[in-house]
Parts: sequence; structure tokens; C-alpha cells
Amino acid sequence: MSTNLLRWIPLLPLAGAVLNIFLGGRWGKKFSGGLATVAVLGSFLISLWVFSVLSPTGILRDTLYTWIDSEPFKAQVSFQADALTAVMLLVITGIGFLIHLYSTGYMAHDEGEARYFAYLNLFVFFMSVLVLADNLLLLFVGWEGVGLCSFLLIGFWFEDHANTSAGNKAFIVNRIGDFGFLLGVLLLFWEMNRLGVPTLDFAGLKEAAGRMPQETATLITLLLFVGATGKSAQIPLYVWLPDAMQGPTPVSALIHAATMVTAGVYMTARLNFLFALAPATLSVIAIIGAATALFAGTIAVAQNDIKRVLAYSTVSQLGYMFLAAGVGAFGAAVFHLFTHAFFKACLFLGAGSVIHAMGGEQDMRKMGGLRPRLPITYWTYLIAALALAGIPPTAGFFSKDRILLEAYSSPHGSFGLWLVGWITAGLTAFYMFRQLFMVFHGTSRASESVQAHIHESPPTMTLPLIVLALGSITAGWLARPSHNVWDPWLQAVLGRSNPAEHGEAVNETLLVVLTVGLAVLGIALAYFIYGRARRIAAEDGSLWQVLAHKYYIDELYDALFVRPFTAAANWFARVFDPVFIDGAVNGVADFVRSISSAGRRLQSGNVQHYLFAFLIGTVFIFVYWLRW
Amino acid sequence: MTPAPLEYYLILSAVLFAIGVAGVVIRRDVIVILMSIELMLNAVNLAFIAFSRFLGALDGQVIVFFVMTVAAAEAVVGLAIMISVFRHRQTLDPKDMQLLKW
Repeated sequence: MSTNLLRWIPLLPLAGAVLNIFLGGRWGKKFSGGLATVAVLGSFLISLWVFSVLSPTGILRDTLYTWIDSEPFKAQVSFQADALTAVMLLVITGIGFLIHLYSTGYMAHDEGEARYFAYLNLFVFFMSVLVLADNLLLLFVGWEGVGLCSFLLIGFWFEDHANTSAGNKAFIVNRIGDFGFLLGVLLLFWEMNRLGVPTLDFAGLKEAAGRMPQETATLITLLLFVGATGKSAQIPLYVWLPDAMQGPTPVSALIHAATMVTAGVYMTARLNFLFALAPATLSVIAIIGAATALFAGTIAVAQNDIKRVLAYSTVSQLGYMFLAAGVGAFGAAVFHLFTHAFFKACLFLGAGSVIHAMGGEQDMRKMGGLRPRLPITYWTYLIAALALAGIPPTAGFFSKDRILLEAYSSPHGSFGLWLVGWITAGLTAFYMFRQLFMVFHGTSRASESVQAHIHESPPTMTLPLIVLALGSITAGWLARPSHNVWDPWLQAVLGRSNPAEHGEAVNETLLVVLTVGLAVLGIALAYFIYGRARRIAAEDGSLWQVLAHKYYIDELYDALFVRPFTAAANWFARVFDPVFIDGAVNGVADFVRSISSAGRRLQSGNVQHYLFAFLIGTVFIFVYWLRW
Repeated sequence: MTPAPLEYYLILSAVLFAIGVAGVVIRRDVIVILMSIELMLNAVNLAFIAFSRFLGALDGQVIVFFVMTVAAAEAVVGLAIMISVFRHRQTLDPKDMQLLKW
């Protein structure tokens, strides 16, 4: 089915961004926030319409123009919406809208509001291009665009050097992943051309990919997965995401929790037919996902910055999604993406509300006792934390248990993968409630002046919190075992049957009880350590130190890559460039000058000398004629 | 009295021309250089006249009129330039007129 409405999903936020860039400063604060929010609301309404008219097997198309026409290859700027895209669109524009709304309250005291909303709208534009793209090249445009917006927004408060360097870090680490991604796309195109189908359209890929040799498919998917590890913050490229918390908190919620970081998961799900051809890649993805989930989960336990806990939690949950994708359960991966977007956005916005109330303080050791002062924030935060911990009947329970079940029972799954996921589930519950108790319970550890200032946030900020908290509970019901509407919806795109229909018989109930039991245990442990304590004990065990320093991974990367690279760059700047490059350039110039300074003597400027040369020449010609 | 043979005229013309060339190349005064150029032109005129007389054709004489006209014009323009240069630079030595040299 063809429609012209699809293009407005990205174009409305783009228009908002352009207007805000050029006129936002003139029109004033209220206006730029309102404009951006309305633009995304428009996109959301169109997305709702798309969702309502779309059948699970249907595809909406909207072709704008031909971008590259190089016979036989052709790439169009063409949007398509199928069941998977519709889900992603609802997440991006729906949660995007709530976060825009929240931002109008959160950024009300900020000078650069027009710039902020321009970036945020630009992000929604690129993100919707990413999910709407009907070929890999256009997807790559969105892929790079969201990276750019991420960079711009992390370094939004650029007066502080730490923020800009965090932005640089995110950009550079992402570039490493993007390089792999681009190589994967090029190799894929090369292979498709060899197969006689020179296209990068998803439809064309899906038809012809099956004829690809397995080794090539493995290499291509591994390269594409390198891109996914960069964008979706998996080992070894996850290091940028915790630092990305330097940006404004709504940005962390939208870009670094709910949407952009899921681009890698989306790409994997979108190309599931390709990944399915490469079992080796799937194993790598599953192992990396599980390892990341556990690794980041342990780090989150020892962080004291309210946003960093959530950042590592995001890395960990993204690990879950890749674990699901790696065992071939793309439906479960996208489902966790969907539910995670709700509760993680809710948590980040709640954290933003706390930070807002505490006058910018982010250290949880200086919080405590906020529950009576911030009731709405507290309750929404509690709901989202329960969802993240996977307590029934919240959304996280359904999605996480789906993943753990698949990790155990899928043909690609194993007991080891399930065990890692299971331990992580316990860790998740522990660190989330450690945070909750440290922030909201006990007695306040803030200074007098900060305490006097604590207040609940304005309605523009609490309303999104409430909506997201409701979503954190209900979003999971879409795939509840008794009435599963999720899997039939995505079946046509992700091509996978209901989990109950395959694999060895497992005691599903036992797995669920084990997981929930461990989560409850984690919560109880957090309560006994942090919930009842009057003050937070100093934590300085050696294991704690390792965790608090994030396993010294940043230091390791610094020593392994950053320092050698900087040293090499310095050597090139101080030695190679002046001696060799300048030497070559100046050497050529000196050589020419030394030759020409000899030749210059001929040009004395004295007319008589020229005349004399003229005379000699004439005489020679004359003699020449006379001789022959 | 027999007329002087053609060679005499041509030799005289060649000598005059050589003197003119030497003057142009050697002398350090632009006025003299201009005069030397006139000398070269007149040496050529002499050759034309001589050939005209000995071949019995008038063409050479016509050309001489043209040359004389052009020479007059050239002298006027040249002298005007010289006056202008002298006013600016207080010299007529070609060695000092090297402004266009880098």
C-alpha cells in the first residue's frame, strides 16, 4: 500500500528543528519548546494512524525520490512501515513526545532552550528515518544522524570540558562501530552483486540472502554486529554510554535509554533473515549480550551517581536484548526493547525530577528521605524499578522472562546463557532497589540549603512520569501467555513461531519462579543493607573498589588505545609533520628557487641587454639561412 | 661619368645600419638610442632607394615615404615618452628603467 502520509513522520520534527535553529532564539523559550513538542506529537499521531491501518503482513510505502541511480544499482529515499517499524515508531514518537513535554519543564531555566529542542527534534527525525528506511543505505543515514545528535546533546552544556570530552568519546567510539557496520554493508552489497541482485533494499535482501554462502553471511553479520555493539553499547564498545550521562537528563532518557541505543537491536531484528543464516554470529551475539548484561550489572551495583546506575543498567538490559537476538528470539528482543523503553525512560525522567529537586546534585550518598517530598516521582520510580527488576505483573516481568525462557529452551540457547541471565536478573533487582532506598528512603543527607529547596516537579514533568509508569505496568500484557498479541503481530517480519511451540519441554513455571524468587531476594538484600540503615556505610572492600572503578576498563582502554594513539599523533605533529611533510614541501620550493635564481640573472630588466640577445639571435638565424 | 655601382650603396647602407645597431645596444642615453634607431631606418631607406634606382621600379621609393612617415611619428611618440620618463625619474639611462623587473 502506498501513502504520502508516511514522510511526514520524519519531516515534521525536521521542520521543527529547522524552525527552532533559525527562529527559536527570536521567538522565545515557551515557543521553541511548544513547537518541538507539537511537531513530535504530529509524528506520534501519524504513527498511531499507521499502526491502526497496518495489518501484520502489510507494508506501507512512501517513495520520495531516487537518491542514487547507478545502473544496475538503485537506492531510493523511500520509507516503508511494516509491523516492526510500526512498533518502533510508536516507541520513538510516543516516548519522544512525552520526553519533549517533560523537557519543556526540565529545561525551563536553561538559556539554550531553542538549541536543545532543535537537537532533540533533529534526533527524532533521524531516528524515524532509521526505522522507516526501506534500504540499508538510508538506514545508515539515520544511523549516523542519531550518532551526531547524540554527540551534540551529550556536549550540550559545552562550557564544561567534561561534557564535551564525553561527547567526543561517544562519537569516536561510535565511529569505530560504524566503520565495522559500513564494511558489513559494503561486503553485503558486493556479495549481492555477485549473486546477480545488486540491491540493498530489505525486500530484495530478504529474497536473495538465502543463496549466500554461510561463510560470507557470517562475516557480513559479524561486521554488522560490530556496528551494533557501538550503537547499542555492548562489550567492547559500551564505554561511551555511561559517560553520555553528562548530557541533560531527558536526553539520557530518550536517546541513551529508550531509542537510539536500541538501534543496534532494531538493525539485528530487521536483518534477522541474514543473521539466521549465520549460527556462528548468533552464538557470538548471545555470548556478548549475556556477558554485557552481567558485566554492566555488576558495575551498576557499585555506582553512586544516580544516572550512572541507570546507564549501566541500560547497558545491561541491552545485553539482554542481544542475548535474546543471539538465541534467535528476535520477537523477545524487540519486546524487551519495547517494555524497556517505558520503564527506563520513566526511571531516567524520575532521576531527572530528583536531580531537579536537589538542585543538580547527582550523588546518591547525598540524597535520602525524598519520598514524602516527591510523592509522584517516588511512586512512578517504584513502579518502573519493579518493572526493571522483573516483578509480576509489570512489563519487565513478561519481557525478561520471555528472554530467559528463550535463552534456556531455544535451539541456540543453553543452560549457561540462562544462568548468566538469571544472575543478572538478581543483580538488577538489587541495584535498582539499592538506588531506590538510597534516594527515597531513610533520612536526608543533603545540606540544609538544598533541603529547603526540595520540591515536586511541575505537571509538565510529572505527567510524562505517570504515563510512562502506567506503560511500565501495562506494556508487558501484550505478550502475556494467556493472550499473546505480540508474537502474531511481528511474526511476518521476524518469522518466528510462538515460543511454546518448539524446543525441548522445559518447566516454564519453575524458571519463572526461580527468576522472580531471585529478584525478590535481591530486593530484600537491598532493603537489609540500604533500606534500614540510618547512614550509608563507607564501602571500601577491594572487590567494591574494582566495581566502583568499573573494572578499570576505562583505564585499560586509555593505556591500550588512547595513550598510544595520542603519543603517535603527537609524534606525527611534532616530528613527522615538520620534518617530512614540511620538509618535502619546502624542499621542492627551495629547489625551484635555487634553480630560478640562476635563471633570474638573464632577466636583467635592462632593455639593451634584451636587444643585444635579440641581435645575436637574429644574426644566428641570418647565418643559418645563408649557409643552406 | 659612370654611376656608382650598386654595391657601394649597399655597403654604405650596411655600415650605417651596423652603426645604428651598435648605438642602440651600447649607448647609455635614450635620446641617442632614438637617434640610432633613426639611423637604422635611414640605412634601410638608402638600400630601398638604391634598389629602386637600379631596378628601375618605383616601389622602393614609395616604401621609403612610408618609412619616413612612420619614423617621424615614432620619433614624436618616443620623445614624448622620454620627456615623461625624465620628469618622473630625472634620468634617461636605460639601466635605471628596470621597474618591471621582479
